[in-house]
Amino acid sequence: MMGKTLAEKILSLASGVDAYKGDIVVVNVDFAMAQDGTAPLAIDAFKNMGVEKVWDSSRIALVIDHNAPSPNEGVSKLHKMMREWAANQGVRLYDVGEGVCHQLMMERGHVKPGKVVLGADSHTCTYGALGALATGIGSTEMAAVFACGQLWMRVPETFLVVFEGKLPKGVYAKDMILTVIGKVGADGATYMAVEYTGTTVKELSLEGRMTLCNMAVEMGGKTGLVAPDEKVTEFLREREVTDGYELLASDEDAEFSEKLEIDAENLVPVAACPHSVDNVKPIEKVEGTPVNQVFIGTCTNGRIEDLRIAGRVMKDRKVKVRTIIVPASREVYLKALREGLIEAFIKAGATVCNPGCGPCVGTHQGIPSPGDVVVSTANRNFKGRMGCDEAEIYLASPHTAALAAVTGEIRDPREEEP
Amino acid sequence: MAMKVRGRAWKFGDNIDTDVVIPGRYLTLRDPDEMASHAMEVVRPDFARMVKAGDLVVAGRNFGCGSSREEAAFVLKRLGVSAVVAESFARIFFRNAINLGLPVVECKGVSEAVNDGDEVEVDLEGGVVRNVTKGVELKCTVLPDFLMDFVRSGGAIEALKRKLKAQA
Repeated sequence: MMGKTLAEKILSLASGVDAYKGDIVVVNVDFAMAQDGTAPLAIDAFKNMGVEKVWDSSRIALVIDHNAPSPNEGVSKLHKMMREWAANQGVRLYDVGEGVCHQLMMERGHVKPGKVVLGADSHTCTYGALGALATGIGSTEMAAVFACGQLWMRVPETFLVVFEGKLPKGVYAKDMILTVIGKVGADGATYMAVEYTGTTVKELSLEGRMTLCNMAVEMGGKTGLVAPDEKVTEFLREREVTDGYELLASDEDAEFSEKLEIDAENLVPVAACPHSVDNVKPIEKVEGTPVNQVFIGTCTNGRIEDLRIAGRVMKDRKVKVRTIIVPASREVYLKALREGLIEAFIKAGATVCNPGCGPCVGTHQGIPSPGDVVVSTANRNFKGRMGCDEAEIYLASPHTAALAAVTGEIRDPREEEP
Repeated sequence: MAMKVRGRAWKFGDNIDTDVVIPGRYLTLRDPDEMASHAMEVVRPDFARMVKAGDLVVAGRNFGCGSSREEAAFVLKRLGVSAVVAESFARIFFRNAINLGLPVVECKGVSEAVNDGDEVEVDLEGGVVRNVTKGVELKCTVLPDFLMDFVRSGGAIEALKRKLKAQA
C-alpha cells in the first residue's frame, strides 16, 4: 500500500473511495458557507434549480461580512434577501458586525479536522490550519452543495513546504508565506494542496498557521494544510467541540509532488509590492517609501495576536497617516477591548471599524485615492483591489503595517521591538 | 451549442485576476449588462464595448486567479465571449466557467501562437485550437464528458434540470 498525503486521506474518508492524487471523487461535505458577495447568486441558483429544502440546514452558514454594514440600498436588498432565505430554510446567518466569514467558521466550531469544508470564497483554504480540507468554490456550485451536500473534486497533488528553525525577531507567519509565494509564483501551486510542516510551523500559534493556510490560494493552491496537533484540540475544546473529528497526518512514504525547504532562521521581513502577491521584496528594498494609508485586519491578519503586535507598536504614539483597524470578529474585538488595545489604537489616532472584511474588497471603509500608497495586512494587492485602480498596495505583517502607521513610511520592523 | 467556436481573439497576459475581470465594486450591480460593461476595464477599457458575440479571450498563465466571484465568468459570457483559451487557469475560475457553460480551454503555446485580433477557431471536442489568420494549429485539452455536458447545456443548473426532466 502506498502512503497517503493528508489531503488524500481526508478526501478518501469524505468520498468512501481509496483516493490518490489525480482521481476525481464525489465527496460528502461536512459544512458549507457563503458570504454576502457570493450568497445572493447561490440563492438565486438554488431557487432556479427548483429544490425546496437544503440538504442539511445545520451544516450551512451564511455570513454578512463583505459589505457590512451595508453601504447602499442595492446591497441592503441583497442582505435582506439572504436573511429571508436563511430564516425560511432554518440556516444560521451571521449578521453585520459578527466578523469575517472565515474567522467565524473556525471560532464557532463549524470546522473539524479531517473533514471537507467548502465556502463560496477563495480564502476558505484558511481552515487547513485546523486540519480540514477546505476550499473555495463559486456560487452555482454552492447552490448544488446546498441542495445535495456533495461535490466532485479532483484529488490534489501535495506541495510540501518545510520550515525549520526559529523565526528571527520581527519576522512573522506573514513573512513566511509571502516568502514562499515570492519563490513559487502566483501559479506555482495551482490545483495543489499546500502542506506546511517543520519545527517552525509546529512552534507557530494556530493563528499564525491560519495566516499560512489563508494565502495558499495566492499561489494557486486548492487548499493550505497543517497536520493538526494539540493546539487544534485545545482550540476546539474551548469551543465545545470535543468529538466527531480525526487528527490525520501525511504518511512518511506519501508522495509529494513538490517540496520546498526553508531555513526559518534566515528569513527576513518582506512585503508583496504592487500589483501582484508574488512581487515579494525584502523590506530593506522598499524602506523609506512614504505611505498614505495603513490597514490592519482581514482573514489573513485581523486576529488578536496581530492586534497585540500592532498595539505594542502604536501604544503611546500617534499615527502619521490614516490608519484603519478592523478586528476579524466580535470575539477578537472584545478581547482587544479588554486588553486595552482598542483604547491604544484610538488614542494613537487610528480608526477602528466593526468586524468584517473592511476595505480589503474595495467596496467601503477606506478606499484609497489615485497615487495613494497603502500598507495592508490583507492577502491581495491586485490593481484596483481596494477600490482604486491607481493605488499602490503593499502587503506586510501587522508589525510592519503598525510601524508604517506611526512613522508614515515603510520601515524595517527589526529596528524596534514591538 | 456548437462544439466549435470561432471569432476574433482578444489577447491578455499572465495572471489576469478576477479583480481585473470584474472589480469588486461592481459586484453589487444587479443589472447584468451594466456589470458586464465594466469587464476588463482595469487593463483594457475598450474591451466590453468592442467585443462581439462569438469572440474569444486568449490569455497566458493562471487566468482567473484570485477571488471566487462567479461574476468573472458571468460577465465574459454575458458579453458573448464564446471561449477562454489560456496557457493555464486558476481552479475556481475554471470550475465557475464550466458551471456557467462558458468553455475554458487549456492550450500550451497559445499566447505565442495568437496575436490580438487574429481569427481563432476552437474545436472543443476535437481538442484543436486553430489560428485561422496565421494558419497555425495547436492541441488543447478536452473536458471530460460529464463537464462537456455542462457546456453543451449552457451551465450546470441547466444540465441538472435537463437530467431531472429526463428522469421524471
